[in-house]
Amino acid sequence: MSSGTTDTESGARGLRSVLASPWARRTWRDLGFTVLSAGLNLLPLLVMALPWTWTFYVPISLLGVLTCMFVSVAAAVALCPWLTVPRRACFYEVLGVRIPRPPTLERSPDSSGGVWSALRDRLRSPRTWRQACYHLVVGPAVNLLGLLGGLLWAAALIGLATSAVLALCTAVGVFRYAGQRVWDGAEIWFVLLSVVLVYLSPWIVSAAVRMDTRAAADLLGPSRAEKLAQRVANLTESRAATVDAADTERRRIERDLHDGAQQRLVSLAMNLGLARATLAHELSEPARQALQEAHEEAKEALTELRELVRGLHPVVLEDRGLDAALTGIAARSPVPVRLSVDVPRRVSPTVEAVGYFIVSEALANVNKHARATAVQVDVRLDGLMLRISVTDDGIGGADAGRGTGLTGLAQRAASVDGSFGISSPLGGPTTIKVDLPCEL
Amino acid sequence: MRTVIAEDSVLLRAGLTKLLETTGFEVVAAVHDATALLTAVEQHRPKLVIADVRMPPSFTDEGIRAALVIRRQWPEAAIMVLSQYVEERYAADLLATQTTGIGYLLKDRVADVDVFLEALRRVAAGGTALDPEVVAQLLLRRQDRPTDRLTAREREVLSLMAEGRSNAGIAECLVVSESAVAKHINSIFTKLDLSPTEGDHRRVLAVLRFLEGAGAAERS
Repeated sequence: MSSGTTDTESGARGLRSVLASPWARRTWRDLGFTVLSAGLNLLPLLVMALPWTWTFYVPISLLGVLTCMFVSVAAAVALCPWLTVPRRACFYEVLGVRIPRPPTLERSPDSSGGVWSALRDRLRSPRTWRQACYHLVVGPAVNLLGLLGGLLWAAALIGLATSAVLALCTAVGVFRYAGQRVWDGAEIWFVLLSVVLVYLSPWIVSAAVRMDTRAAADLLGPSRAEKLAQRVANLTESRAATVDAADTERRRIERDLHDGAQQRLVSLAMNLGLARATLAHELSEPARQALQEAHEEAKEALTELRELVRGLHPVVLEDRGLDAALTGIAARSPVPVRLSVDVPRRVSPTVEAVGYFIVSEALANVNKHARATAVQVDVRLDGLMLRISVTDDGIGGADAGRGTGLTGLAQRAASVDGSFGISSPLGGPTTIKVDLPCEL
Repeated sequence: MRTVIAEDSVLLRAGLTKLLETTGFEVVAAVHDATALLTAVEQHRPKLVIADVRMPPSFTDEGIRAALVIRRQWPEAAIMVLSQYVEERYAADLLATQTTGIGYLLKDRVADVDVFLEALRRVAAGGTALDPEVVAQLLLRRQDRPTDRLTAREREVLSLMAEGRSNAGIAECLVVSESAVAKHINSIFTKLDLSPTEGDHRRVLAVLRFLEGAGAAERS
């Protein structure tokens, strides 16, 4: 039952809103916008018309007409960027629609910076032509449709009002002309048509305004390519920030561990060791045993903590750079490593960290899976590219699609826009090549 | 034995001081940075200096630089450098002038009290004490040198020699007889072209050969 009531209510409300629609706020707003737009559309048309005034004074010639066409079109096109500004304001103030500003026009590399090269850049830019397309073609056309709707509305209202007055007058017998009634009921069609128009024409105006908004967003806002470029730039920036933040955070944790837990643990282990060395002969056997175990435990915890800290962000990397840090992991690798590092300058901490962890994980993979007897690690700075290659003489057959280690490597490389490649035929050798751009 | 300690962590400085004083060293000064270290060494002329590598103000290699100054100005002081991590260039810098009375250990080794104290005494007595990780890294740099001719076992023996161990110590470490160690050492001397006329110096020379590359790496 309740739903039935609601249906009736909403039906009534719908009917009311349809009946009231020609006088809704929205209609007036759209109408106002159409009139304002007409004013703005008139501007370029005036500019284009201005050069033709010479035809009043000088006899018309083909050359003159061609020149005139050129001048008027050029003037209008040159005017477009300035026309866009009030247009954008108009959309925002009246309709509340924000037309995004396209990114600033980049100067071409051969630009001399003068007025002419600026003009040339502007004429070469597709944006100028999209703006011209809006201001000179689409905008006026759609605006014309809106104005037509407005005129129809006005005409229909006037028609209705006239009919009402005439009908009233006829009813009271005011108008009779030559024995013929001015209003005889046949004009009912005229009344009906007027009513239909009163409802239809605001809709035409609104439709025109919607089309206008759509066209403006497409032609005056950034193009799809520009939007994508902007998005790519934003994403690149935010990703770099994320990677940097993660790296900074790891370093902070490493420092905290080093300054806190690690020092304490060293001190603890040292004291236990001291107790063990000096008290051994005074203690009972179980106490001595317990002390010994505590000391060994403390040393083991220390070793584990050191490994953990190395995995986070080795201090040596930050202090001494890639060469020193890589020497460390190469020396600790069970499979003998031949290491050659040629990185004459420090690269960004993020790239250093990514490079370090890539070599570290690649060596871990070799030790785990490759059954290799030797590994060659080459790291060199080639211009702005840090090139890393890790080759082992193991069994090969490594598959980037399966091994999680390799996927991790590829992801690490990708996090700084680096490339990752692997060649691993069955029977070996396996070569991993990673290139990391050093300037993000 | 008169000792100066330079370590910026209060906890470790106190711990080290206590450890050394309980085990028969005389700690004449325990300071927290490199400047204070140099002042203390000048004032006390210690037999042994223990220095952390990373110290205020910049927390990079203050300890190494101070150690180099001490080597130059007070060569009679033995130096044990403690480091958070292994940088073989630090070791190379330290070993560049002379290879006696010098030690380079990871800080964590302090926890192994016996080994640490033994290393301290060895260094104070004019020996060397290099961390196994330092040795491993030095070996890594040594791949295209005469030491290439060594077998894996001989290399192991040589690195233990570089750590400063005696034949007996090496034998214990590798779980072999002392005579086997002597045989390896002779083979190392032959391969490194060290003739018997050079006597006991051969041991030092072998280690020097082994370490030479470190200096080369530093210069390149």
